[in-house]
This record gives sequence, structure tokens and C-alpha cells, in this order.
Amino acid sequence: MTLNGWIQIALFCAVVLALVKPLGLYMTRVFTGERTLLSPVLGPVERGLYRIAGLDARQEQSWLGYASAFVAFHVFGFLVLYAVLRLQAALPLNPAEQAGVAPDLAFNTAVSFLTNTNWQNYGGESTLSYLSQMLGLTTQNFLSAASGIAVAIALIRGFSRASARTVGSFYVDLTRCTLYVLLPLCVVYALFLVSQGMPQTLGASVEATTLEGAKQTIAVGPVASQVAIKMLGTNGGGFFNANAAHPFENPTALSNLVQMVSIFALGAALTNVFGRMVGDERQGWAILGAMGVLFVAGVAVTYASEASGSSVLNGLGLTGGNLEGKEVRFGIVASALFAVVTTAASCGAVNAMHDSFTALGGMIPLVNMQLGEIIVGGVGAGLYGMLVFVIVAIFVAGLMVGRTPEYLGKKIEAREVKMAMLAILCLPLMMLGLTALATVLPAGLAGPANAGPHGFSEILYAYTSAAANNGSAFGGLTGNTLFYNTTLALGMLVGRFFVIIPALAIAGSLAAKKTVPASAGTFPTHGGLFVGLLVGVILIVGGLTFFPSLALGPVVEHLAGAAGQTFATGG
Amino acid sequence: MAQSSRSSLFSAALIGPALAGSVRKLDPRQMIKNPVMFVVEVVAAFTTVLFLRDLLTGGENLAFSGQIILWLWFTLLFANFAEAIAEGRGKAQADSLRRTRTETTAKLLTGPAAAVGGSRAAHTVVPGTSLKVGDVVLVEAGDLIPSDGEVIEGVASVNEAAITGESAPVIRESGGDRSAVTGGTQVLSDWIRVRITAAAGSTFVDRMIALVEGAARQKTPNEIALNILLAGLTIVFVFAVASIPSFASYAGGAIPVIVLVALFVTLIPTTIGALLSAIGIAGMDRLVRFNVLAMSGRAVEAAGDVDTLLLDKTGTITLGNRQATELRPVRGVSEQELADAAQLASLADETPEGRSIVVLAKERYGIRARDMVALNATFVPFTAQSRMSGVDLEGACIRKGAVDAVIASVSGQPMATRGTGAALAYHPAAGEEAAAEIRAIAEEIAKAGGTPLAVAKDGRLLGVVYLKDIVKGGIRERFAELRRMGIRTVMITGDNPMTAAAIAAEAGVDDFLAQATPEDKLALIRREQAAGKLVAMCGDGTNDAPALAQADVGVAMNTGTVAAREAGNMVDLDSDPTKLIEIVEIGKQLLMTRGALTTFSIANDVAKYFAIIPAMFLGLYPQLQALNVMGLASPQSAILSAIIFNALIIVALIPLALKGVRYRAVGAAALLRRNLLIYGLGGLLVPFAGIKLIDLAVAALHLA
Repeated sequence: MTLNGWIQIALFCAVVLALVKPLGLYMTRVFTGERTLLSPVLGPVERGLYRIAGLDARQEQSWLGYASAFVAFHVFGFLVLYAVLRLQAALPLNPAEQAGVAPDLAFNTAVSFLTNTNWQNYGGESTLSYLSQMLGLTTQNFLSAASGIAVAIALIRGFSRASARTVGSFYVDLTRCTLYVLLPLCVVYALFLVSQGMPQTLGASVEATTLEGAKQTIAVGPVASQVAIKMLGTNGGGFFNANAAHPFENPTALSNLVQMVSIFALGAALTNVFGRMVGDERQGWAILGAMGVLFVAGVAVTYASEASGSSVLNGLGLTGGNLEGKEVRFGIVASALFAVVTTAASCGAVNAMHDSFTALGGMIPLVNMQLGEIIVGGVGAGLYGMLVFVIVAIFVAGLMVGRTPEYLGKKIEAREVKMAMLAILCLPLMMLGLTALATVLPAGLAGPANAGPHGFSEILYAYTSAAANNGSAFGGLTGNTLFYNTTLALGMLVGRFFVIIPALAIAGSLAAKKTVPASAGTFPTHGGLFVGLLVGVILIVGGLTFFPSLALGPVVEHLAGAAGQTFATGG
Repeated sequence: MAQSSRSSLFSAALIGPALAGSVRKLDPRQMIKNPVMFVVEVVAAFTTVLFLRDLLTGGENLAFSGQIILWLWFTLLFANFAEAIAEGRGKAQADSLRRTRTETTAKLLTGPAAAVGGSRAAHTVVPGTSLKVGDVVLVEAGDLIPSDGEVIEGVASVNEAAITGESAPVIRESGGDRSAVTGGTQVLSDWIRVRITAAAGSTFVDRMIALVEGAARQKTPNEIALNILLAGLTIVFVFAVASIPSFASYAGGAIPVIVLVALFVTLIPTTIGALLSAIGIAGMDRLVRFNVLAMSGRAVEAAGDVDTLLLDKTGTITLGNRQATELRPVRGVSEQELADAAQLASLADETPEGRSIVVLAKERYGIRARDMVALNATFVPFTAQSRMSGVDLEGACIRKGAVDAVIASVSGQPMATRGTGAALAYHPAAGEEAAAEIRAIAEEIAKAGGTPLAVAKDGRLLGVVYLKDIVKGGIRERFAELRRMGIRTVMITGDNPMTAAAIAAEAGVDDFLAQATPEDKLALIRREQAAGKLVAMCGDGTNDAPALAQADVGVAMNTGTVAAREAGNMVDLDSDPTKLIEIVEIGKQLLMTRGALTTFSIANDVAKYFAIIPAMFLGLYPQLQALNVMGLASPQSAILSAIIFNALIIVALIPLALKGVRYRAVGAAALLRRNLLIYGLGGLLVPFAGIKLIDLAVAALHLA
């Protein structure tokens, strides 16, 4: 570890923190329907869209209406994307003449982009046409991000409203988020990326002659526009298979920093939106504080672990940290930081091979996802996931002040606890259940590239990434098989919808409640005590669930590695 | 009632039946009410069957499996024991109640005899159990009142020791707020005509018995929510443990079922699951010990959540009655003269205020009681119209009463007097001056929270008697404590706003409602509730009934009317309105105890993981020995120690579950910090030490 490394980490945190308030203010105005800087330009567009859709923007929905709209919208989105992928050979904008995508891979890919996971069992440049990339994937990159934010906004309304029957309109939230937040930011962001040297073209690949005289085909395409939303919307699906490690997808050190910041920007700002909408910004800072504690701890472990390398490598005389699988342009600290950021948020873009991290360095990304990606998290998803944990933490500890637990004046009762537990349960069910299935079935055992605990980690990582809607891969796992395509898609669907629907149910039941004014008997939820409590509950509940699997994967690998033992690839 | 059993938590008389109860409660039909313990029972039964099969076919490690299974059953028995002992303490009280409910006979009045003023001789003697609601019975001195009812005629002194434990008799009379009588209590003197309001089996005493026995216990909303959380955590651990066999098979090994079961049972929140119902029963029980009966557990929980406390001024904040503390004559009148007149006017006045004037005159001015007859005096009683009382003597006429009424009476309109017919003389000029002075004194007294009583003799204003409300000692501190708990106190009084404000300031309440009518009270409660607050109040009169019913916690006084007792959700047998504060504390204690034990239970899991995980996987990966931070002797002793700890901690925490976590009025943040430290951090650390100690013992005894 170096001072320079820590300064880079601190710089990253400072930039993210500086963006929280301005973005939070802007987004609050957008979602409360107030005028913003862009209203004169976008207002007519927004109203025009509603007119075309025959939508009354003032008509709000109950939580059930909101959830139904969410599900219906996604079913439709899935059918369109699946059709585009299957039929891409017959559709325009296919200069590389890619064939139609196989049914199971198309299913996996459609679900993957629909759920904001962007797990990629395909190689972007070798499988998909430009139309599939732009109309199919980029569109879902916007919509899955916007719908995640919409759900978070609906849940915030649950807290901020009293005795209300509605939690907002899904279509209005979706439209406003896309139009006022994602599109303008992406336009500016994409232009910046182009300035850093990222390609943005509809032309076919470039032919180059190498120094040895060999012909090389270099894939290009509309990269910058897709990368902008891939980061801002915590999607993570790379244009190229190598993702953010590819020089065209992450050309400079500056683009690397900005990409990391853009992963956190909207998620962190949403905590401020939360604070503003519930009428006390400190509440938002407390949530961000809990996220920050977990994040910094994760970065510290990963950075320390990568910087000191593994004893096996050290034994070979390779001192100075673990550079295996890392892009030398970025080095250890930027790779370690990127890995923690991308898994803390539900992005999944990678600029290094997580598979090649040291055992403990690779464990942190795994843990980040197992906790449900609530450390800033996916746009929207991080906040509603965190709020679900807040409900559990408040319920357990809140009783200890001798009152029915309350959060922001809302009593936490049986219905909220039931829904919160439902949301929390579905993640271990998918992550552990599907891993258990894959580790006994031959189809599953065919996947991992390594033997021993590392192979186990590869499988566990894949299902964890899918259920948490992250999309990053440990690498090493051969995922494009019928078994993995199907089971990973199942994990993604359950991990998305079975968290969102309970979260919306909580929004509905909270909105209907009265708001109890705070008194000296109410436990304050904006201080360090609350942050500590929340972090403790997350670590204990999350940690207890995954302790056995971590012990059998990264922990044993670390201990074995320290003792100099390696596991031969058995097959 | 049962005051003596407060001393010990586990008396020998309770333990015997509780032990039997713990075995009886193993019945799965009862267990299923408690999801966590039901799951333990299912796996215990399952492993027992496996064990028996292995015993016949000859399996390995039978001694180890046998011990684990034994401790699984012990875990269940300990949980049942906690519940049984909590119920047992209630049952002891119920039995003492039941003894009072002897077979009674009733003197049934029918036909015209049942009507008020009807004949008392025409009654027929019937068994008490045959009475129906609406029957009218006669109860005479020495009779037991056969069932709950309302006095419709007569006055009697009644011994209610059977339900209140208080042997001093109380007065029960028709009309007013003291008309309710309880079955099983005894009339000591006089007679009353009672209309029965409860059928046999549903009387107050019957309901009390059901409540303290826990037969009528239903899960409270908060308990339901907590049960959902615990069930959810149990399912999480089902996933965590059920996925282990395939993980292990990937690593090329297998984990014995008994070890998986041990891990599972130690991980699921058995500690809180085992103690949850005992905590609830003990909460009700603590109220009963305070001589308060909660009609539902929901009410006890609501008490902990109360935001606003409505307290009647009289009897709660101030001592029952106003007392004369000072005499303030107008210029030209001596104190002695005023005292003499005031005493004469009050001699026949039986109100507490009147009596306090006589006492003051005697103690401070040495004026002895005089014989009204000898003075040929006629008492003029207080009426709502005149708002004065007084006395007419030979040639003199003295009045005392509301200031404006007395002034009005001397300034012009000659009053109609009785007896001697002596009219009040009128002294215009002097009268004006004295009236102004009296008004000034009266205002001063009212501002200080007192009640002024003007005295006039023969049309001449003499001065003012200062009646003072005496605020109870220590009440100010109680209110300060409530404020620290985040509870707002509102004083309800019929006084005018100025007087109310002064007393409110002296007592330190947060707010007051002056000149309150029952409608005002109800409106105040609704207003508070609309703002999301929970309101508690106590009351005794029939006109309190709507407010008692509306309040979230309505404590009816046992001396109150039937209507009030039906409307409230708690009854205070001692009829002490100050108890509302203790009731709130008990409610808070109940919730805190649940939270503390839940936190403790979950925090315990960390240590259990560190005991069992290395032990479990050691065969697969010997490197995991590094996780054996406690240095436990062997894998088997580690697993056995964890499961023994898991069972014994239940027993160790029974006293805490029954007594409750201590409540301190220090504000929520400080309270949480303290409890998190004790039960959170403590829950994290204690099992490390506990498991290590048990492991040392297990190793020393060669159990594994």
C-alpha cells in the first residue's frame, strides 16, 4: 500500500461526496414535479409523450397499481428485447453480419439487461449486431436504471407521505427519470468519453496492419454512448467482452476515475433525495454514512490484500503486490478500488479480472454482492435494499427503547417486517440454493475453470452476481451453457422482482400510516449510533447467512495459500 | 392480592407444576404456536428417529449423537419451562381469586319488588349461578354480592378485599360514580338493590382469572411482528445450512446430519423464541402485581407507546380537595373578625372546603366549634343558582361563596332570606370600595392557582378565604421523568384557565385543559390521535366512558361505574390515577425486554459459528483450524459445547425475561446506547466465554 494509493481512494470519495448535494437537489425537484433548469426544453417533450400515451400525469397509483405497471412494463420490455436478439440477423444495422442469438442465451441476455444485471454470457463484439446493442441493450440500460430509481422514489414517498393511498405514478417517474436525469447526463458524459478517445461510430470494424505485417480486425462501434449509461445506470454490460479493461472502453486514467465516480453518483445522490423528501437531509447522510463505513472497510481489505500479493506469488519472488489479471495501465489501487465500487454498486463493469484477485481481495466483491448491494448499490436498488435492512435493524433495536419501533415517524409493524424479510430471504435462496444445485449437478460442475475452493468461489460468485443483479463475473466460469443460462436468469429475475415487489408493498403500507411526531422517547436515526447499529445488523444478518459459503471458498483458499498449498485443476 | 409472591421468582411451589408443564407442552399442537421452537421439535424428533435406527443397525459416534439429541430435547424443555413458570405465577394468583368465588345464593326480586322503592321482603332465594343479566337482587349486610352489577337503590359499605386486597370497606351507592359492585365482594352494612350486569362465567372475577392464567392470552401486534422476523431468520438459516451438504460434496466430503442439525439449532434464534411468550405473560403479571388488570396484551404494549398522558387534576396531580390556607380581610376588618364569620358560615357546611375553614379557624385563630342550635342558626345550603352558602342567625346573615356572587348579593339586590327574615343592609359607598379590594385579592389568589371564597356579613364584605389546591409531593419530578421519556402530560381540570395555568406551572405539566367537559376531553384525545399520537387516560365516571373508549390506553378506576369499567382496557383495582405512570413504564419494559433478548439471541450466533464451522469442515480443509479462535478441544466437543450453551442460556435468561429489563427515563438515544452495549456487545462476547468454559468441562468429563 502506498500513500499515493490512499490519496487516489480519498480523491474518489471526495468527488462522490461533492456530487451528492447538487445531484440530490436536482433529482428531488425532478421527482416532486417542480421546475428545473431543463424544464423549458424538456417540459414540452414530456407532455408530448404523455399525450401520445394517453397518460394523465396527475393520476397516481396505489402500491399495487405501481407494482403491476412495473411488472407489465418489464414483461413487454422482455418480449421486445428477446425478439430483437433472436431476429438480429434479419434486422438492419448488422454490418458484421452476426447470426441470431441462441434461445437460451437470448433468454439469459434479455433477462440480464431487463433486471439491470448485465451479466454477459456473450461476447459483445462477437455476438451482437449494432441494433441489438443500441435498440436492445442500451434501451434496457436506460429503462432498467430508470425503473430502479422509480421504485426507490416510490418507497421514499411511502416514508414521506402520511395517510395516503398512492405512492406516485410509475410511468411518470420512469419518464421523468429517463428524460430529466439519465438522458442529459449521458449526452454530456458520452461527449466527455469521446474526448478521452473512446470510439462512437456506426461503421464496421477497422482493419489494421501490425508491425509484423499481419492483418488485424479491430472492433469499434457506438461505444461511448453505451458506456455512459452502463456506468451511470449501474448496468455494467460492456460493449467489449473485456469491459472497462479494454482500451477503447476505458482509454485514460481520467476516464477510469470518472467512470468509477459515475457508478456511485446517482446512487449516492439518491440518499440525499431521500433525506430531502422526508424533510430531514441528515437522515439521508446517515444512510450514506452507513454505506460509506462498509465501503471504506471493503476498499481497505481489498487494497491491502492486493497490494501485499499472495504468499504463493511472493514465494516465486514476485513481490510488490498481485498484478495478475490487472490492466497495468491502472495498477493495483485503481483496480482494487474499481472492483469494490462496481460490486458495492450493482454495476458489474470490471477493469480487472476479479478471478485473479487474491483470495481475500476477491472475497470483498463477493461479500458486497451477498449483502444485497446496498453499499450505494444499483441506482435505486441500493437505496430500497438498504431501507429494507433499515426496517429490520430498527425493528430489532428499536424495541430496546421501549416503544413500538418507528422510523421517520412510521411505526414498523408486522406487515413491514414480513415484506422486509421476504425481500431479504430471496437473495440467499437464490445465491446459496443455486450454488448448491450447481455444485452437485454435472452440468454445473462443468462450469468452473479451477478446482478446489477457487472453483467453488467461481460458481458462488456467478449466482451471487446474478441474484444481486450485479453482472460482474469472476471470470473462469463457462457460463454460456443451457444450465447456466437458465439458472442465472432465474437468479436475476427473483433477485430483482422479489425485492422490488415487497419494497413497493412496504411503500404502500407506510404511506397509509400516520406520521408520529418525534419526541425524546423516539430513537434518533440521524446519528452515529444509528449508523453503527445499521452496519452491525447488515454485517451480522448478511455475514451469518454466508459465513459457511465464504469459509469454504475464499477463506479456506486464503488459509491454504498462506500455507503454500495450491489446488490443481482437476477437470 | 398475592402480594407476598413478589419476593421470589422461583418458589418451590411453582417449580413442580412448571416442570410437569414443560413436558406437557411438548405436544406439537401447542408447539406450533411458536414457530422457532416448533422447528426445533421437528428436527429433534427427526434426529431421534435416525438415532434409533442407527442404534439398531449399529452406527458410528452414537454417544456423540445421543448427547446432541439429548440437548436438543433439553432446549425444548427449557423453553417450555420458561413459559410454564411464567404461567404458574399467574395461576397462583388465579387460585387465590378462585377461592373467593364461592358458591353464593342470591335474593332475587321479581315483579314490582324489583323496581326502585319496591318491597324488600318479597324476594326468593336462588343460586347465584342462575342469575341472568338484568335480574334485580337484594343484598343485605353480611351477604356476598352474587355477581357484577350496578346499585340501583340504597347505600352500603362493601368489603372488596377479595379483589383489591384492601380491607378498608368502600361505599357503594346508587347513581353517581360509585354504583358498580363486583361479584364475590361482601356487603358489611345497610342494603342495596343491585341490577345484575354480568352472567355467570363472565363476571369481572372470571375475566381476571382467565387473564392472569394466560388462558385468554392472544399474541399482541408487536409479538406477531417479532414472530415473523424470527421465522424469517429461521428460514435464512435453513438456506444457510441446507446448502452446506452440496458445498461439502464439492469439496469431496460429507457432513453428518447430526452436525448440520446442531449448527442449525444453534443458529436459529432459539433464545428469544423460547422466552418470547414468557416475556408477554410476565408483563401482564407485573401489571397484576401492581393491582392493575389489563383486558388485553395489546393494551400493555400500547402503554409503552403512549405519547400523551391525560391526567385529572384532582386526586392525581393535587390532593383530593382544596383547603383553606389563609384569610385575607379587606381594610378595616380584622383577621379575627373574618375568621369568626367564615367559621360560623361553615359550621354546617359538610363539604371538604367548608370543613377545612373550620379547621383553619380553630388552629390559627383559636375559634372553637359552636352549637348551631344554641345560636338559633339556620344553614343556607349551596345551590348552583346562588353559588353561595351561609348561615342566618339572630340578627345576622353571613354568606360565603363565589366572589362575583357574593359581591352581587351585597350590591343592591336584597337577598331573599329565610328564618329570621333579616334583610341585608346596603352600604353603597363603602361597598364599592370593598368590592374593588375583594376583586383585587381574588384575582391575586386565582393567579396563584388558588380559589377565592368571598365572605360577607350583613351586606358588608369582610374578606376572602384562600382555598388552595395542594400539589402532591414528588409529582413534579415524576412529570420531569415522563418528559425525558418523551411523554407529554396534559392536566384536565374543571377550573378556570387562570387557576389551571397556575397549578399546571406548579406541578410541571406540559399543558392543561381548563373548564373541561367530557366532550372537550374526547375532542382532545381525537386531536392528539389525528396527529399520530397514542393517548392514555384514566377515569371513573360514566361521562368518562366515551373518552376511555377512545383513548389507546384507558384505565378505569375500580370504584368507577360499570360503563367506565367496560369502556377502558385496563382496570386499576386500587383506583389510584397516578398509577398511569407505572403502567407506561411496565409497557416500555415489556417491549425493551423483547428487543434486548432478540438482539442478544442474534448476536450470539457469531460465536456459535466460530465454534461449529471450523469443527464441521476440519475434515475437508484442515486449514480452517485457524478459525477455531476459542481453541476448543476437539470438533466434537466444540459442537457439543455450542449446543449445550444454546440450551443453558435459555435457563440463565428466564429471570431476566420474567423480571424485565430495567427501564430508566434517560431518553431514547442513551437508553439504546446502553442496551446495545449490554445486549448487543454482551451478546457477541458472552458466548465466546460460555462456550469455552463448557468445552473445558466437556473435555474434562470426556463427554466428547
